[in-house]
This record gives sequence, structure tokens and C-alpha cells, in this order.
Amino acid sequence: MRNAIGKLVSYFLCLAGSFIMLLPLAWLFRSSIMSPGQIFSFPPEWFPNPFAWQNYPDALTTIPFLLYFKNTLFILVPTVVGTVVTATLAAYGFSRLRWRGRDLVFNVLLTTLKLPYAITLIPTFLLWARLGLINTTWPLVLPRWFGGGIFYIFLLRQFFRTIPGELDEAAILDGANRFQVLWHIIIPLSRPALITVAIFAGLGTWNDFLGPLMYLNDSRKYTLALGLAEFTGLYSSQWHLLMAASAVVIAPVMVLFFFAQKHFIEGITLTGTK
Amino acid sequence: MSRLNRLHRSETLWGILCVAPAVLGFFLWQLGPILGSLFIAFTDWTVASSPHWIGAQNFQRMFFRDELFLKSLSITAIYALVSVPLSMLFAFGLALLLNQKLQGRSIFRTIFYLPSTVPAIASSVLWLWLFNPEFGLLNAILSKFGIPKQQWIFDEGTVLPSLILMNLWGVGPMMIIFLAGLQGIPKHLYEAVEVDGGRAIHKLWHITIPMLTPTILFNLILSIIDTLQAFTQPYVMTQGGPNNGSLLYVLYLYRKAFQEYEMGYAAALAWILFLIIAVISFLVLRTSRRWVYYEGG
Repeated sequence: MRNAIGKLVSYFLCLAGSFIMLLPLAWLFRSSIMSPGQIFSFPPEWFPNPFAWQNYPDALTTIPFLLYFKNTLFILVPTVVGTVVTATLAAYGFSRLRWRGRDLVFNVLLTTLKLPYAITLIPTFLLWARLGLINTTWPLVLPRWFGGGIFYIFLLRQFFRTIPGELDEAAILDGANRFQVLWHIIIPLSRPALITVAIFAGLGTWNDFLGPLMYLNDSRKYTLALGLAEFTGLYSSQWHLLMAASAVVIAPVMVLFFFAQKHFIEGITLTGTK
Repeated sequence: MSRLNRLHRSETLWGILCVAPAVLGFFLWQLGPILGSLFIAFTDWTVASSPHWIGAQNFQRMFFRDELFLKSLSITAIYALVSVPLSMLFAFGLALLLNQKLQGRSIFRTIFYLPSTVPAIASSVLWLWLFNPEFGLLNAILSKFGIPKQQWIFDEGTVLPSLILMNLWGVGPMMIIFLAGLQGIPKHLYEAVEVDGGRAIHKLWHITIPMLTPTILFNLILSIIDTLQAFTQPYVMTQGGPNNGSLLYVLYLYRKAFQEYEMGYAAALAWILFLIIAVISFLVLRTSRRWVYYEGG
């Protein structure tokens, strides 16, 4: 009996929690298809009437959405490729190959896992300024070609270590070189982990705000995140357009989440269990 | 030279080659900037001028002549002291709920996690709208219960609680880490409590929480580091206002560095934050020996 009541309470809490978590998103969607007249009625109305789908094309032409989207992709694609390639190499070197001092070097790099980002912000900016590369995408892309971040190396290394070592040895005895082992054995067996890394790296760029804010001054070079912030400042009373624009920025992430939920959860879980 | 020896040497060569970009990156983007930051913190560098060594003046100015710094420091402390435990409790509660054998559990997990996938910039814009005193969702709900309009982020007194409330919406990743921890607790431990006639509360107190202490420690440290460095939401939503009531530390640092171009002073600010985070992490880890349970340890 007590068990049944407990179950019931749990269901109720789950439903209530879901309602609370979804409500802001529902409000976002509701506002994105409301006419400007209705959105500013008081007390607020819950349902749009009529549906103002026109807000979406309006929002996408008010901000140069396609341009920002293109700019974002021009940063996103090379960062994801750079992260996956160099993190894979590093994880391979730190897990499957034996060389003196390997674990020491890895542990030194691992200390940066929780390094506060604020500490490197200013000197890095000054370095790029000295190189004359402010207002280019170099500061946002190039660092990702240097291992991509210890978190990804750590994640892949964990995964690589679960692959039996005999596979490498057999291939080496058959005359394969180390790169062929990586390419033909390790990578095909590690696809889930590599996809996880690609997703997280891609999301990192898609969501990044501070980076573009620091390095991109010219509004023709803005990413979507930066463009949306700019738009918020300029059109702070056009909530129907702002909500439509936000929905467009959120949508790809949500679609990705629904199709690749397993990778999201596994990536997060791996960070928590060392 | 024997073939084995040659193989061994080539393995070392490959190993070093493979990790070279990452190691170079460590020097270029981590260690180098940290040391650079230390140097810059003792100068009066603005972007335009060349740096002059001014000793510890930046640090003296911070603690004795910069009231805004002290205000920012205390705001950040209050924000973290409330937000970190509250987020952890909320995430832990959700994880406990999801750890039960319920129908549709994976759907609930998806829903609870979903808000954390919203990009920070989009959630900032969304919550700016939810907090709108006239036409926002939150006041619409409050009015249903006859509670008068709140000013939320538009009032110095309620801006921090509002931001903390908003953070609760995005506890998904922390919840997932808790959930993974919960699922790693061996079932037989609970059975032992049942045999002894223990109830749910006993299981929670004597099994779940002790077994979960490593996960709690992990979430605690990560959450402290993240919370002390909050930036995007306050930058987009309040710019530190009203009346600097939400001037969180990194926001102040950003203002000094990139709006007032006081790079030397901002680097000194960054070092103080770095030290604060290092000391807190050290203290947490130090005391953790007393409260974290390691299996077989």
C-alpha cells in the first residue's frame, strides 16, 4: 500500500516537473507565433489567435539570418574537424602507444580540465591582437587544432582503452604501421565516441557567445549567437520577432538532441565517472 | 639492432608525434597565457600603450580603492553560495525521481534534460521575456495566485534570486551525472536495508548519500567553478544592473578588459579569481577526505 502511494507521488512529481521544465519552451513557441498586438495584451493570453506564422520569415529577414548561419558554419566545421582529428591522435598516443613519460604528460595536460577560462582570456586576446588577427575567425578556429581541449582527449582515451590490445599487436605483426592501426582498427571501433566528441564540439561552437563577442567586431562576420544578442539590444520591444529568432537558434540543437540523445547522455555521464 | 627494439623506438616516435599538437596546444593556449597573465597583472597595460611594470598596484587598487570590485566580489559570493547548493539539490531530487522504476522514465529524463540543451544566448533572451514585468509568463502565473507583480531582474533586490531561479532550469547535465552515480550503487546494499526493516529514508541516508559522495564532490567542484564564472546570461540580460546588482565577477572583468581596455587591471582580476577558485577547490578536496566514501579505498 505504501509502495503504491509512493509510486503515485513519484508520477505526480515527474509530471509536475515536466510541466515546469516545458512551460518556458511552450511560452517561447506561443510568443513566436503571436501577433504584436496580442503579445502585449494584459493580462497575458495563453494561446495565439490568429497564428502569426509570418513572424518567422519576418525575423529571418530582420536579422541577416542566412549570413550569420553561414558565418557560424564557417567556424563550426573547421572547429569540429580540428577537434576530432587532433583529439583522436592525442587520445591514441596517450592510450594505445607505450612511450616513456606518457602518463606523466597526460596528467599534466589533465590539470587544465577544470582550469578557469577567465585566466587565459586576456593574454590570449592580446596575442591575437598582436598578430593582427582580431576580427577574423582564426582565434576561434586555430586553437581547436591543438588537441581540441583535454576533455575530448580524456573522453576518447577512456574509450580507446576498452578496445583489446591484441588487435593492435596482430596488425603490427602483419606489417601495419601505427597510423594504419589507428585508421583501420581503432577509429572504426570508436564511432560512438567520435560522434559524441563531434556533437559536443559542434554544440560548443554553436552556443559560444564570449568567443565571437571578443574576436568579431564587424557585424557582417557575426555568428548566430552574437547576432541574436545584437538583435535583442536593437529590437528589445519586438518580442514576437525575438522569440521566433530564438526558436530558430534553438531548433537545430533540439533536433540533434532528439536524434542523438544517447550521445549526449553518454558524453555527460563519462565526465562524471572517471 | 633487433626488430623488437626498432618496433619499440618507432612506437615512441609515433606516440610523441600523435600527442604533439595537444602538448603544443597546452603551452600555447594554457600554460603560456597563464604565465602571460601573471606578468600582465603587474603592469598598467592598455591595448594602445605598451606595458609598464607597476608592481602590486593593481592589487592594492582592487582591495583598497575599488568599491565596485568589492561589490562584485560579494555579489558573486552570494550568488554562488545560494545557486550551487540549490542547483545541486534540485538536480539530485530529479535524479532520485528518475532512478525509480517508473513507466515512461526515459521520456521524463528527456524532458528534464531538454532545457539545458538551449544555447545560453537563446535562454537569456527567453528568460528576459519570461521575466518581463508587464507581459511575462512569471507574473502571469503569480497573478493567478493573487500575488502582485514582481520586477525580477529589473530590481536590484530580486535580480540575483531571479538569475538563480533561471539556472535551476538548466540542471540537466548535473542531473544526468547524479543519475549515473545512482545507477552505479549495487542493489544488494538496498536489499540489506530492507532485510533489516529499513524504510526509504534509511536507504537514502545510509546507502544512497554515502555511496554518492564521490559524485556529489565532482558536481560540487564543477558547479562552483562554473557559477563563479557565469557570464553570458548576466551580460545579455542585465549588463550587471540594475545599479550593478548583478555585476558578477567575470562581467566586471570583461568590462575592465574589453570596454575600458584596462588589460593590466583585468589580468589582476583574473588572477584573483583564479586564486579564489584554486583555494576553494583545494579546501573542498581537503575536507572531502572526511565525507567522501571511496569503495575499496
